[in-house]
Amino acid sequence: MTTTSDTNDTTNLPAFPPVRPASCPFDPPAEFAEWREQDGLKRVEWNGNTVWAVSRYHDIKTALADPRVSADTSGKLIQEFPGGFPVFPRMDDPEHNRIRRMLTKDFTVKRVQAMRPRIQEMVDIALTEMIDKGAPADLVHDFALPVPSLIISLLLGVPYEDHEFFQEHSNVMLDMQASREQHDAATTALFMYLMELIERKEKDPTEGLISRVLHEHVLAGDLERFHLAANCVLLLEAGHETTANMIALSTLYLLHNPEALARLRATDDPKVIAKACEELLRYLTIVTSLVDRIAAEDVEIGGQLIRAGEGMILNLPAGNRDSAFFDDPDTFDIDRDNHGHIAFGYGSHQCIGQILARAEMEIAIPTLLRRLPQLRLDVPLESVDLRHGMGVFGVHSMPVTW
Amino acid sequence: MKVSVESDKCVAAGHCVLAAAEVFDQNEDDGVVIVLNDDPDPEQYDAVRQAAQLCPAAVIRLTER
Repeated sequence: MTTTSDTNDTTNLPAFPPVRPASCPFDPPAEFAEWREQDGLKRVEWNGNTVWAVSRYHDIKTALADPRVSADTSGKLIQEFPGGFPVFPRMDDPEHNRIRRMLTKDFTVKRVQAMRPRIQEMVDIALTEMIDKGAPADLVHDFALPVPSLIISLLLGVPYEDHEFFQEHSNVMLDMQASREQHDAATTALFMYLMELIERKEKDPTEGLISRVLHEHVLAGDLERFHLAANCVLLLEAGHETTANMIALSTLYLLHNPEALARLRATDDPKVIAKACEELLRYLTIVTSLVDRIAAEDVEIGGQLIRAGEGMILNLPAGNRDSAFFDDPDTFDIDRDNHGHIAFGYGSHQCIGQILARAEMEIAIPTLLRRLPQLRLDVPLESVDLRHGMGVFGVHSMPVTW
Repeated sequence: MKVSVESDKCVAAGHCVLAAAEVFDQNEDDGVVIVLNDDPDPEQYDAVRQAAQLCPAAVIRLTER
């Protein structure tokens, strides 16, 4: 068994994540099945570190539930945030949950249910604009990206007139091709903008999370102003990169599964729509390398001793195709019971926005399919620009026609 | 079946409400779990077991006789 000291040689280790083949972007890389079957835990190279890729469903949940497995990897596995701003997903409990709970009020089942009419409205507007511009369109640029962007802006309380500034900088922040300087500049610009917005809202309270947390927690002394700004930059980024890619990649997948497409297009039953979206979440599991952790103490996962200080990547796409938990996991099946899938992670850090994400998918995808019965890809599948090697898989752009 | 929760560890994910809305709710202030009925009817047992299974922070405790 290797020790931490001789794991600096990364030349023979596989890179994480491996690339998905262009001909079948809907399945996780083929290597994952091997990794799951062989040892469950595999040494890989990720972000300049040597870490354990944890690929079995049960091992992933065990690790994410273990208090010795720390989410505070800033400066250790991932670069320190500009200025060192802490965000709640990179904290451990109890401090993580203390801050998370200041934000959760806006993401509850009831709150999201109440947002559904606005979500539908935004979906309808974005679609009408796209249709009026005329085919062909880029589904990502014209639909999949603006819809979640507008919704998270609404939830946060970012004024509509600022949404282009917001979107421009978010796009740079999320752009893997952009340089480190460009990323930092975009993150800083957004952070400064939010600090200024917070000041405005102190004088003039408004709807939305920023104003609420400012008045309920920051002014009460429970949270620093800049913590609020930093967490909002995170919510903004997390709130639309993931959902945008699920909307786009799900559409791409459904265009290649005519039976599922027809069924989703024809149904009015919210249960069928919900089940289809849940299966898309499991089957596609776009969050590939965002869930990194570090052992705060020695911990055993799947029979492997992980020493204090060693890093892990929780390989969600691999876990969601694990036959130890799912029957016939590589089959897309709208009717299966897929409760317990880990597309949103597991443990106390499980995605704060998951209920909102589901609502967005459940509204955006069926509306798109119904309004454009002739929707099709305008290029061969192999030439679609896929987000290879990125933390969140999906498509950079998706030319469509109708 | 008796239902109890370790509400300190609740992260307000909402799975319990989605699984068993008659037994669980989220409070207005921060979405933390509220047990509406700590002694549910047998017809609700499956839903409540699922809620306990799905809870990402594993805070739902079921005592089954």
